Amino acid sequence: MPSNNLETLYRQVIMDHYKKPRNKGILEDGNVTIDMNNPTCGDRIRLTMKEENGKIADVKFEGEGCSISMASASMMTDVIKGKDTETALRLAHIFSEMIQGKEYETSEDLGDIEALSGVSKFPARIKCATLAWKAMEKGLLKNQSES
Amino acid sequence: MVLHLIRDQFPILNQEVNGHPLVYLDSAATSQKPLSVLQVLDDYYKSYNSNVHRGVHTLGTKATDAYELAREKVRKFINARSTEEVVFTRGTTTSLNMIAYGYARIFLKPGDEIVISIMEHHSNLIPWQQAAKATGATLKYFPLQSDGTLSLEDIKQTITEKTKIVAITHVSNVLGTVNPIKDIVRIAHEKGAIVVVDGAQAAPHFAVDVQDLDCDFYAFSGHKMLGPTGIGVLYGKKALFEKMEPVEFGGEMIDFVELYDSTWKELPWKFEAGTPIIAGAIGLAKAIDFLQSVGFDTIQKHEQQLMEYALNKLGEIKGVTIYGPREASRRSGVITFNIDGVHPHDVATVLDTEGIAIRAGHHCAQPLMKWLKVTATARASFHIYNTMEDIDRLAEGLLKSKEFFTHAF
Repeated sequence: MPSNNLETLYRQVIMDHYKKPRNKGILEDGNVTIDMNNPTCGDRIRLTMKEENGKIADVKFEGEGCSISMASASMMTDVIKGKDTETALRLAHIFSEMIQGKEYETSEDLGDIEALSGVSKFPARIKCATLAWKAMEKGLLKNQSES
Repeated sequence: MVLHLIRDQFPILNQEVNGHPLVYLDSAATSQKPLSVLQVLDDYYKSYNSNVHRGVHTLGTKATDAYELAREKVRKFINARSTEEVVFTRGTTTSLNMIAYGYARIFLKPGDEIVISIMEHHSNLIPWQQAAKATGATLKYFPLQSDGTLSLEDIKQTITEKTKIVAITHVSNVLGTVNPIKDIVRIAHEKGAIVVVDGAQAAPHFAVDVQDLDCDFYAFSGHKMLGPTGIGVLYGKKALFEKMEPVEFGGEMIDFVELYDSTWKELPWKFEAGTPIIAGAIGLAKAIDFLQSVGFDTIQKHEQQLMEYALNKLGEIKGVTIYGPREASRRSGVITFNIDGVHPHDVATVLDTEGIAIRAGHHCAQPLMKWLKVTATARASFHIYNTMEDIDRLAEGLLKSKEFFTHAF
């Protein structure tokens, strides 16, 4: 039987996102494209977003990596799709606090994302979980400064 | 020395990690250090810590003697002709960069060739990429056979009259492949090229004789061979070292300093600017003592047994792919693998919860990962203190990872 320890990290919902990733692919009509990698381990992600009128109308990701990094990307795209840019950036901040094991704001509905809170107990894996979120943050901020 | 007595010399191994006895299978990243090495470091700092090659006081003399004695020990260890050919550095990476800066960038011209292999660690790859860009030289690669070895035919084809430098790893840190250095040196010398050998994964595991290899430069690190971090060695043939310019300038390496010009100390000190890594060199010398007291015959025999056992044991697990040559005799120290459907980071995390330390990632060899058509792999690596039981624990951990990721969800 798997140990409890492992189950804190690999929650069922995480494995579901890993095995059946949502929003996988490249957006042909996107206006934000961001490539990011984790140079220490080789994980990489390409995030494409369609941001219009302050909203993330659509988002897709493509990449390679471990279960935590890919599940986190899938969950992230799921939760930010249709949200306004500010909410997405706020979620990125909340996620960052949560994943480091800090107190985090509970006013936003995190949905599946809360399943990743167990990653904070595995410091070596925090970078895996944050890759997609960092890409999203960087993409949106870059778009803001350009427009 | 009997095996369990050897193991007792490494107190770090005697601990529990995540509720299980530690199984340390990451010696290719850094090896553990025996008590005798820890003791000489402690002794140096407690009783004769002083700067070397200056001052006339007693402690300074003692430190200088110990530091230069360490150099003599390294000379004997690799069978260099004289201590003038043994330079202490920060590690293999620094050693290789010193040749790229102090030799390649000075002597290469457009049209010259540098030849390396796809299996190189980034530290024996990027310095040559940069040197080629800076000088207009062409960087070429030896192709690999399907099992990750080099063929003599390819070596002969790739090295040409234009080749000035061949830089090659003695042992691959991913595939474990032991490369035919003597053949490469012979072929390169026939064409007038020099040969630089990355010995980081070789020096910890078997006897290296630089005169027998006839290589021109040989680089290795202390921390992978039971010594401390921060100390490494660059061996170079005297004639080449004499031609080479220092890469770093400052204290310790000068003869006379005038306002607009200076001259350098003789070999090897002209390459050791600044206060050297005194404790590191003393620790490395003690690590050499330890390796020699166990004996490389014993070490190699033991590691070959571990390798054979691991190749069989991991090979039996369905869905496990092992990279590199399948014969234990053609490889040294490392076994790199993947499990179908489980990312190596996830494998490493599951193993960690069982107290087993392995490496997962690209192992600083991205071009080789591309060649293997993977983004990352898992790697277990051994040294003298590992046991058959460690391999059993690894195999059990891998079965558990597989089980966990295929059936638990």
